[in-house]
Amino acid sequence: MPDSPVIELRGAISLIDRFPALAGVDLTVSEGEILLVRGPNGAGKSTLLRLCAGLAPLSEGYGEVLGFRLGDRRQRRELRRQTGLLAHSTFLYDELTVEENLVFWARANRIDLAAVEPVLDRLALSNRLRTVRVANLSAGQRRRASLAVLVCRRPRLWLLDEPHAGLDVNGRDFVDGLIKHAIAFGATVLLASHDYDRAGDIASRTIVISGGQIQDDVPSAPPAPPSTRPVEPGGPRWRPGTGDNEPASTGRRTS
Amino acid sequence: MLRDTWLMAVKDLRIELGSRVVTAQILPFGLLVLILFGLAISPDLLVTGDARRSVLEEIAPGLFWLAVLLSALMALARAFALEADDGNLDALRMAGIDPAGVFLGKALAVAVQLVAIEAVLGFGAVVVFGVPLSDPLLLAVTLVLATFSITLAGTLYAALASGLRSRDTLVPLLVLPVLAPVLLGATLATRDALFADPAVPGWSWAMLLAVFSLLYLGVGMLAFGPLLEET
Repeated sequence: MPDSPVIELRGAISLIDRFPALAGVDLTVSEGEILLVRGPNGAGKSTLLRLCAGLAPLSEGYGEVLGFRLGDRRQRRELRRQTGLLAHSTFLYDELTVEENLVFWARANRIDLAAVEPVLDRLALSNRLRTVRVANLSAGQRRRASLAVLVCRRPRLWLLDEPHAGLDVNGRDFVDGLIKHAIAFGATVLLASHDYDRAGDIASRTIVISGGQIQDDVPSAPPAPPSTRPVEPGGPRWRPGTGDNEPASTGRRTS
Repeated sequence: MLRDTWLMAVKDLRIELGSRVVTAQILPFGLLVLILFGLAISPDLLVTGDARRSVLEEIAPGLFWLAVLLSALMALARAFALEADDGNLDALRMAGIDPAGVFLGKALAVAVQLVAIEAVLGFGAVVVFGVPLSDPLLLAVTLVLATFSITLAGTLYAALASGLRSRDTLVPLLVLPVLAPVLLGATLATRDALFADPAVPGWSWAMLLAVFSLLYLGVGMLAFGPLLEET
């Protein structure tokens, strides 16, 4: 008997302020897939990711993610703990330092604080940037700090909304490595991106969404074999470029 | 729940220590309100009757609590702006943090800030209005209970408005009518504590504040989960 899918949506409608952001989506995603979600702005990509995270409402239809029914409030709560969302918002507190943010979110997520230091180290946040307030970081550095929180969570389902946005080449390579590493450890990834070349390169399947409905569903070209694109043991490491670890502004910092 | 309460309260107070919004903006605003009240009402105006008090002294408790209430509105709006501005309410929901813990933690952090504001404004009221003090215990109990009443009810309604674009203007509109009984109770209990007014049953008004606090403690803990879900 085949494993039950990680995501199963049938006729899923999600109303945001009475507007059908998703207007009848049928989608099945299996464990270990990297699904690229393509589509123009306002097509419903972010809402699809938020629905799968248990954040957007399932107004009509059927939905089950990681075995939790989206229509059940209690099950949705449990689902949220097992998914990780990288959204347009950073989910960081501007007035706290990078380290304080990570410690807060680790405690909030009931993660052992011992996990924080290795993640700071992997994302090259363990030196100068750790004591810099998030408000003083550049957009790319904020993205990196958001990724650090996500890595700490180690979710079963990764929901990445434009994960390459605002990152330089090193950062984009890191994100790709992170996705491959997550897949190698049994996670599933949904990836909404306008960077089709890069995202299409790592995706195992692509859906095209428009007007809140899936218009096309095609398998992508298989990713390069592991011998040429290895998964780094312990996960990928951020390789900072020149100036990557300098805060963006010279505002007041906390120590 | 207690763990999450503590986590949220410490985080909010740490943010305040870093940003100093209360000390640099809200506290000066409260002091300004108090001084403007003092300037608007002449200290030479005397109350008719046997009290031999100035009008300013007579209405000092009400002016003090109005200044506290207006300052509290700013602190409450600020407390939820922290969560709403960068989608952090979503992150709190994804962390599975206890909604009652979020409610109590936010209320506790605002209460600590409000106590600091009240201490400074209270000192300011003594200087500006020149009020006496007859019953320090009643005054202390009133301060604590009124602070809890304001923060518990205010946190609930500030959360209600936090997901809306018009939250900055909506919070005062929602909170002020709800806190009218607190303003009345706190003013009368403080008046008794200051002047030992036999016509005002100060402890009874303090009890009203206690009932109000308990009511909003219960309502907040029960309602905050669905509220967080919908924002």
